[in-house]
Amino acid sequence: MSGISADRLRDRSTGAAGVLLLTFLILTGAFFRAQVLGYKDFRLQSEKNRLRQVPLLAPRGAIVDRNNLIIADNQPGYTVKLFAPSVDSMRAVLARLGTIVALDSGAVDIIIRRFRTAQYQPALVFTGADFGVVSRLEEHRYLLPGLVVQTEPRRIYRGGAAIAHLVGYVGEVSEEEIARGRYAGSRMGSIVGRDGLEQQYDSLLRGVDGVRYTEVDARGRMVREEVSSPSLAPIAGGAIKTTIDLPLQLYVDSLWRAGLADTRGAVVAMRPNGEILALYSAPSFDPNEFIGGIEAGTWQALNTAEAKPLINRAIRGIYPPASPFKLATAIMGLKRGVVDFGTHMPEPCRGALRFGNRPFKCWKPEGHGSLDLTGAIAKSCDVYFYQLGLRLGLPNILEQGIALGFAERSGIDLGSEQRPIYPANTEYYNRRYGARGWTNAVTLNLAIGQGENSQTLINMMRFYTALAGDGNLVAPHLVNALKAQPKPLGLTQAQLEGLRKAMFDVVASGTAAASGGRDLKVAGKTGTAQNSHGKDHGWFIGYAPAENPQVIVGSIMEFKEHGSAVAPWVVRVIRRYLTQLDPSLAKLRVSVPIQADTIARTGDVFPDSIRP
Amino acid sequence: MMRVASRGGIDRQLVWAVLALTTFGVLMVYSAGQTDVPSVARGAWTRQLGWAAIGIVGAAIVFRMNFRILEWAAPGLYAFSLLLLVLTLLVGTGAGSAASSKSWLSIGGIRIGQPVELAKIATILLLARYLSSLRDPPTSLRQLVTPGLIAGVPFLLVMRQPDLGSAIVFVGILFAMLYWAGVAPRLLLLLASPAVSLLLAASPSWWVAWMLLLFLLLVLWRSYVAEGVLIYVVNSAMGVVAIVVWNRLKDYQRQRLITFLNPESDPIHAGYQAIQSKVAIGSGGLFGNGFLNGPQKRLAFLPEQYTDFIFAVVGEELGFAGVLVALALFLWLFFTLLRIARRATDPFSSLVVFGVLGLFFTHLFENIGMTINVMPITGIPLPFFSYGGSFLLAASLSIGLALRVAWDSRLSGYADG
Repeated sequence: MSGISADRLRDRSTGAAGVLLLTFLILTGAFFRAQVLGYKDFRLQSEKNRLRQVPLLAPRGAIVDRNNLIIADNQPGYTVKLFAPSVDSMRAVLARLGTIVALDSGAVDIIIRRFRTAQYQPALVFTGADFGVVSRLEEHRYLLPGLVVQTEPRRIYRGGAAIAHLVGYVGEVSEEEIARGRYAGSRMGSIVGRDGLEQQYDSLLRGVDGVRYTEVDARGRMVREEVSSPSLAPIAGGAIKTTIDLPLQLYVDSLWRAGLADTRGAVVAMRPNGEILALYSAPSFDPNEFIGGIEAGTWQALNTAEAKPLINRAIRGIYPPASPFKLATAIMGLKRGVVDFGTHMPEPCRGALRFGNRPFKCWKPEGHGSLDLTGAIAKSCDVYFYQLGLRLGLPNILEQGIALGFAERSGIDLGSEQRPIYPANTEYYNRRYGARGWTNAVTLNLAIGQGENSQTLINMMRFYTALAGDGNLVAPHLVNALKAQPKPLGLTQAQLEGLRKAMFDVVASGTAAASGGRDLKVAGKTGTAQNSHGKDHGWFIGYAPAENPQVIVGSIMEFKEHGSAVAPWVVRVIRRYLTQLDPSLAKLRVSVPIQADTIARTGDVFPDSIRP
Repeated sequence: MMRVASRGGIDRQLVWAVLALTTFGVLMVYSAGQTDVPSVARGAWTRQLGWAAIGIVGAAIVFRMNFRILEWAAPGLYAFSLLLLVLTLLVGTGAGSAASSKSWLSIGGIRIGQPVELAKIATILLLARYLSSLRDPPTSLRQLVTPGLIAGVPFLLVMRQPDLGSAIVFVGILFAMLYWAGVAPRLLLLLASPAVSLLLAASPSWWVAWMLLLFLLLVLWRSYVAEGVLIYVVNSAMGVVAIVVWNRLKDYQRQRLITFLNPESDPIHAGYQAIQSKVAIGSGGLFGNGFLNGPQKRLAFLPEQYTDFIFAVVGEELGFAGVLVALALFLWLFFTLLRIARRATDPFSSLVVFGVLGLFFTHLFENIGMTINVMPITGIPLPFFSYGGSFLLAASLSIGLALRVAWDSRLSGYADG
């Protein structure tokens, strides 16, 4: 080169070589850092890019009745899900999907929210799609990158509304529930039990969801269904066998729909050992509507309906126990020794008892005359029980009422059972009315099952089951008897039999002879729960056969005014159950004392139009 | 260094290095087309092979050309390329990832090439002609005005397209050739100082430190007072201009700079390419996922996998080992070019070869640096790897020039320099 020595050229060449080497060293270093030192992180990022978890729903265990008839099980259904690389593209795909199948804007928001919470999983769009919808979507798959159609087990309740309050329903677990650990082992997308048996035995029924890895491209389109990465097969949930008698449960529902369509109330049927044969609450709802997400409108309607169809009245409704409670008062008297079955009260019934400055009426204005305890139970004489209550004293009634289980939940294996209202001690009245704001009149009310006493049907059933059974309070149960020890009523065998006899006294001495002792004798107690908000509620709790109880059935019907209006329905349930056990009983006349608040009637209360 | 024994006089090292790189490159273009999702890259490798064949023919023609004719033709070629660049600004079209810029010339809707590639070679030739005509290497800033203009005009025209990446290549060529022509490195540093000011202006404290350092250097190197003052003033002005320039940058240019500094700032849009490229490379590990098997590439997470980001495919599929082989091949090529430049028979030839080296080096550093996030994202191809006809042809012609220089120096028995 002109004017430049070879030496300087060599220097420049060396300099250039140095710059080259340095540059390559820097680049090599950068690659070393990324590929050797950062390998694990980048590998993970690359896999996060392309691998998507698809949860595999575990089939939920079946729920069967005592004879293995299916109450709840699964059928295959199509579940539609979507992968997307971002929220924006998810919105875009949903908009396109909306032109193929109907999707309301509320649903879109829910899907977007699901997607936000777990972006590396496909977001659930809807479950239970029928074949037509799925094939339409498959046709337009090119418009819907990230479309995943899975066949997933879908819960079905063939009994529908007839079993709704019994089994509850299932739904997708919410983010908040996962955060609170409400359902152990559940993940986003898990289906969990809500309400009823589904909720109570969720951990048993749910099983363990599995997972599969699929590969998606940059647009979220599924490229490979299954990649070699480890997949986890789902573990099916266990089945539970209940004590329910499904035909009886369905029968109760059919009775109700045929004759009590607008009546609100509940029916519980039990065996003397505490097993629940049927548990029904009306109005009801169709649990199948909840599967795969309930429509907003339906949910709104169920929640705001004045009749509150979502409330299980058998375990959540509390009502003054009324006359059926008189048996409890009688037991208190017997246990305390203040009366026996032959004891007469000083004041015979003349239609009312004067206490303080005011008369306390008996339900029968013309009066019962002088009765012993058996007669008072049989005729449900209020005046007799007022005096028995006074003889016991308020502290005694409260203390013994608690001992008989009226201040606690029955312990049924269903969540959300309402605790009854029963004062723990006299302090309750002081707090409520002030120390001088109440008189001993509360004792009179308590003695006949009114006043500060509200019970659930299920808790009253526990009490009557103990009476009809071996004299022990057993927690009513649908699956397993809970750990709670049976609690004795504290009666001698003679006292127990005396009470049972009193409950059927009228019939036994009256018309039973006429039918040649071949009647199906139902013992029971009606009641009228005073309701300050409207018409009174009607109770009936009965069992049969009176001599050897096989079944106890109780019912509360709101605004029915009289227990005598409830009794016929209960009797039909009893008869239905017993004829299931012994078809020859179908020919028998039913004799039942409707004695509590009215004169006992006997004979065929109701021609049973529905035969097995 | 030992003289290479050669019967035919062709520089075999250069031929082998280029053939190895081209083969490697075509294989990678083939792999880039093997995706799980439909991609325009599928058939690119056959077209790339065609361009390579055309390139070989072009290189052979250039090889046969007399360098004196090239030297004579340089100004005309340069003027012609500038004309094309201006034409591009008027009627040019965009393509690919830079669809909004005007970098292509089309006739009847068919894109016939990117004039910038021709401009790069023309600039090298004219710079070589000018610098070799000087009796002494430039020693003052004033003497650098002419070469500055030769590179500066195409630089500005390309910036107007706008194509920052390609424009920077002219700066790379200029600095490389000035250095080779004997301009003192400190003068080059002073020449570059306004650009440093421009970059550092974002942080006042860094900028003040730089201005102090610059002052010290000016005193230490005892430059002309007038020049020293000029440099200092220009540097100061740059601190102010930076803000103005920043405001005038296109949104996407600004975004790219921000993204370069922190790719995670916008992982969905601007930072997406940078992140996905680095993820592809990093997940390759020591030996990669295997040829054709890179998931990032297969599933289209890697953008522009057959053009700008092809080196990320090398990293993902062949791992650190494959990257080292590719870098070693490039280093071999560069040292061969350096040797040829050193042994050239005349300054013009020597400067041309070093200019070509500067061209390749700038491309390589910008492109590979971008894939591994040590450089901002500028759409610029990697020589012999990235799919693209214009650039492969330009690269082939450049190699043809180098081969001719090597041939000439051998004929004259040029001794080891």
